[in-house]
Amino acid sequence: MSAISAPAPEWSDKRWLWLLSPSIPAVFTLSLVAYAQTGYWWAMLFAPVFIHAVMPVLDLAFGEDFSNPTEAVVQELDQDVFYRVLVWAYVPFQIAGTAYGAWLAATHAMPWYAYAALVLSVGAFNGVGIGTAHELGHKKEALDRWLSKIALAPSLYGHFYVEHNRGHHKRVATPEDPASSRLGESFWAFLPRTVLGSLRSAWELEKERLHRQGKSAWSLGNDNLQAWSLSVVLYGVLLAWLGWGALPFLLLQSVYAASMLEVVNYIEHYGLLRAKNANGNYMRCEPEHSWNSNHIVGNIILYHLQRHSDHHAHPTRRYQALRHFAQAPQLPSGYAGMVTAAYCPPLWFALMDHRVAQHYGGDLTRANVQPAARARMFARWHQPRTTAAVAPKATA
Amino acid sequence: MNPAATDLQQWQCGSCHFTYDEAQGWPTEDIAPGTRWADVPHDWRCPDCSSSKDDFTEVAF
Repeated sequence: MSAISAPAPEWSDKRWLWLLSPSIPAVFTLSLVAYAQTGYWWAMLFAPVFIHAVMPVLDLAFGEDFSNPTEAVVQELDQDVFYRVLVWAYVPFQIAGTAYGAWLAATHAMPWYAYAALVLSVGAFNGVGIGTAHELGHKKEALDRWLSKIALAPSLYGHFYVEHNRGHHKRVATPEDPASSRLGESFWAFLPRTVLGSLRSAWELEKERLHRQGKSAWSLGNDNLQAWSLSVVLYGVLLAWLGWGALPFLLLQSVYAASMLEVVNYIEHYGLLRAKNANGNYMRCEPEHSWNSNHIVGNIILYHLQRHSDHHAHPTRRYQALRHFAQAPQLPSGYAGMVTAAYCPPLWFALMDHRVAQHYGGDLTRANVQPAARARMFARWHQPRTTAAVAPKATA
Repeated sequence: MNPAATDLQQWQCGSCHFTYDEAQGWPTEDIAPGTRWADVPHDWRCPDCSSSKDDFTEVAF
């Protein structure tokens, strides 16, 4: 039996709203064109202001949508090519926008704050582009998988293609997963751990796979090398055209883009832990192991990524068909607002720590706790209720 | 004359590449060797990444 909530409101089809997603790189690039045409540098504030100020407000204004498609509608949605084309469309806009931004950076003298706005604008649509790559990289079709690697090229994050599917989805909500954040771990402590851990994991996964086939990790079949080579091609072409002056811009925007992915990773499983069974293996990932949000605006722009529990249960299910689970823990706001909170650890801890403790009935032995913060977290939040034996106790 | 009908197949998880081998079954969860993919319970999920059964595809040899 499916675990989805039955009393959810009637399914509301958001077909045309999904056009918002591929328009992100197009509209953000237009803000750069506006600067080039008018000289008003503040036109390039459009993207950062939209991401960090307008989106949280829109999330509040438009609220949440708890409706789920029926199984019959899920089948229809899954086969409707319209939704696939929208995801594909993101990639050419993204690459063209990156080239335009690099051209601006290399050919226009501008003050540092205008340069920073340019970096944040291009980094923003390449960061959302990692979300596009995520959607495409879960699909079985070769075209989708290649477009996924191309979408990762501007952010130099090609190894995400390997690590996410075979690393994160396997180790999610365990202390072993570099992309699952821990209770008491700030985003700024999580960031270097996930960046380095994910890179190491991606390399090991491909090395093991290729060794099983009797091949070297340095063979052309290595998906990491394939994806990184697309970055080399993209950066090579842009540098040949624009000169080395474009390199600082390209590197800076890639750092911001990657940090956007990682801040979303930080939000998705904060403090959540899969218990171990009698054999010492982790139980399967259930809806209770991901933070969810039904805020409409964020879900449209990020391909329903906020319906994260269903994504982990059905990783190849297309974004338009992902469902809300009643028993999944809910974030107090959409990702847009939570990203801003994550940048400010005291605010994040104030919003989330009590929710993690509440989720586990006050029993922090069932949570994924940052080792360095363990004593502090237990002193503050560990108050197990005797009646709270909902899930088996973790042995970790 | 139709050996394919009796051949045991392998099914691979579309997310993490875990492979279910019909010849070996999955004894840790009482799925006996020789159990056809169609006979694996519908709510069984990938032991590695928790993907549902419909995320698996048949491995082509």
